[in-house]
Amino acid sequence: MINPDQVITMIKTGLPDAEVQINDLTGGGDHFEATVVSANFEGLTLVKQHQLVYKTVQEAMSTNDIHALALKTYTPEKWSALQS
Amino acid sequence: MTPEIKERIETLINGSTIMVFMKGTKLMPQCGFSNNVVQILNVLGVPFETFDVLSDYDVRQGIKEFSNWPTIPQVYLNGEFLGGSDILIEMYQNGQLQETVEVAMAS
Repeated sequence: MINPDQVITMIKTGLPDAEVQINDLTGGGDHFEATVVSANFEGLTLVKQHQLVYKTVQEAMSTNDIHALALKTYTPEKWSALQS
Repeated sequence: MTPEIKERIETLINGSTIMVFMKGTKLMPQCGFSNNVVQILNVLGVPFETFDVLSDYDVRQGIKEFSNWPTIPQVYLNGEFLGGSDILIEMYQNGQLQETVEVAMAS
């Protein structure tokens, strides 16, 4: 079982500029939902953006410690447009 | 991943315009994320094929490596990886999916 803070740490280790919000969808510590905002997503397709995030948690996902990680990814520009 | 598995996956992907690697079948998806994808494609009313990864461990593991994507479902359109459940939902909601699929079907 993994807690949301550990997931945030994993993502931030791979993407240091990222702003991350995590929800534990089931409370079971293995189904998470993450919203990630990073300038590294600039110019990338959604698939490539998600692949960048998945890469940061690759180990935990391959061992099934994280069973599912639903993602929403935004560039800082898109994110601030969404908040306004 | 062995060359045999890679070849099997390539054959599956190239066998139909839309190929979905999922848990369960169209009629009985075994996972909520797989079900999302099936429901969206049903609403679009386009033909699509599915492969049940629960029936085949090699493909289940192989497709994750093949697509560089850690989760199931995975949707391929015209031989290219389109995305998983989140991306399909987002593309459906902003209208991009209908457009992309129409273009692919016409080609």
